[in-house]
Amino acid sequence: METIVFYVFSTFVVLSALMVVTVHNPVRAAFFLVLSFFSSAAIWLLLEAEFLAIILIIVYVGAVMVLFLFVVMMLDVNMAELKKGFVKNLPLALIVALVMFSLIYMVVGGEQFSIEKFAIPERHAADYSNVSALGQVLYTEYVYSFEIAAVILLVGIVAAISLTLRRRPNTRHQKIEDQVAVKGADRLRVVKVDSHARKYTIAEDKE
Amino acid sequence: MIDLILSIYEIPVINILLKIIVILVPLLLTVAYFTYAERKVIGYMQVRIGPNRVGPRGWLQPIADALKLMCKEIIFPSGANKVLFIIAPTLAISTALAAWAVIPFGAELVLADINVALLYILAMTSVGVYGVILAGWASNSKYAIMSTLRTAAQVVSYEIAMGFALVGVVMAARSLNIGDIVEGQSGSIWGWYMWPLFPLFIIYFISGVAETNRAPFDVAEGESEIVAGFHVEYSGILFAIFFLAEYANMILISIMAALMFMGGWLSPFQGDGGLGATFLGSSSIIWLLGKTAIFMFMFLWFRATFPRYRYDQIMRLGWKVFIPITIVWIYVIGIMYYMELSPWFVKG
Repeated sequence: METIVFYVFSTFVVLSALMVVTVHNPVRAAFFLVLSFFSSAAIWLLLEAEFLAIILIIVYVGAVMVLFLFVVMMLDVNMAELKKGFVKNLPLALIVALVMFSLIYMVVGGEQFSIEKFAIPERHAADYSNVSALGQVLYTEYVYSFEIAAVILLVGIVAAISLTLRRRPNTRHQKIEDQVAVKGADRLRVVKVDSHARKYTIAEDKE
Repeated sequence: MIDLILSIYEIPVINILLKIIVILVPLLLTVAYFTYAERKVIGYMQVRIGPNRVGPRGWLQPIADALKLMCKEIIFPSGANKVLFIIAPTLAISTALAAWAVIPFGAELVLADINVALLYILAMTSVGVYGVILAGWASNSKYAIMSTLRTAAQVVSYEIAMGFALVGVVMAARSLNIGDIVEGQSGSIWGWYMWPLFPLFIIYFISGVAETNRAPFDVAEGESEIVAGFHVEYSGILFAIFFLAEYANMILISIMAALMFMGGWLSPFQGDGGLGATFLGSSSIIWLLGKTAIFMFMFLWFRATFPRYRYDQIMRLGWKVFIPITIVWIYVIGIMYYMELSPWFVKG
């Protein structure tokens, strides 16, 4: 059963990853990327890494890809224009691809990551919690690397914001603090209208 | 005969399918009558009567609406991406319903009792935004795509505040399992997490309203500017499915608020000397449904009360008010933990 599930989802991962780079429409490519994320999350679930699997979906599928799509939808990508130099640049592209492939192969192929290097992961007991196991090592053994990663991310955020922040002096915009500080009395005056009109008419009638 | 039925029930697939039906059918009925309740409640709030023509007191109105939508023609706009146009509402409804798999309705009443249930729900609600995004893009319509952009930014922003609010709950309960979170609130009404986590409770619910694109955060379908937003090109059953997904998500947010902050199925009289000793003190699904109904009513109440937020106000509220408050409160929880504030943070 598990083997079947594994093969189904790994087929999905590989096929959808292939579609990402071959499909013409960039929005569709983005959706195939979403599909491949989903399938890899399923494979992680098989490894009892439920925390990682769900975080993958929340962070990558739920946030990163949404913003990605945001950008891709706004772009007007002309595929014919992009494909112009395809034949001309093919040799160069092949060389780059070959170099990349051999680099990746050197890292993940045979030497370090072959099946023989790893024991078959043992099934944990039913009360095993991947979350607490991860938290246990993340905040004790790897606390420094964890914090360094956080600082790097913070630097990334600050850099991205400062790169995109444009100061335009002549724009008109709302002063939010003024809007928030406004009181009802500044905008609206309640006028009490005397309702004694009827009394006067009665008084007049008497006279 | 009974033995045969029981033996069929024992087959795992059929067992799970039956449980799914037991959850989904009442859910969909609730959705149908939630729309009716919405029209009635808002009607009375605006000194109108609301629907009262179909059936006694309008009771059959939602069924008539559903029938009408099913019979209507589905129109595909010219230049629309047909496949994605159909996938969009499918995605919206499937994530909205899939999230219900991990919702417990009682101490033992749960379909999938998983460790990371809370994260699973967050994942499902965050994936649900794809329905909206796809719908807007596949419609090949300007209004729809504008609504899509608004929704994408809004939902991603409020997800952060919502996530942080739930981090507070997880810190208090020391578990991501919803059943454990509810059990962590047992003892008495003062054990509910809404007291020590009050700001997070408010932020969670408001972010939930924003997540589901409901008034006053419904710029995604602001009728006055962009007609009906992302589903402007949808008709018939496809539109109905979006509608269904939206209401199922509202109920999900409500039941989550009840489970996370208001003690779920625990009785408010639990541990109370007088009433707690009677049947009112025992926990049951009725308490959970009652608490959920309070939040569901608030959704309608908000809609009848508040004018729509301006878009920049929504963004400001999410990023500059809610997220800082949640982060500060996470520190406060840490301090409360350190001081072992009873009854919530006593080390068990």
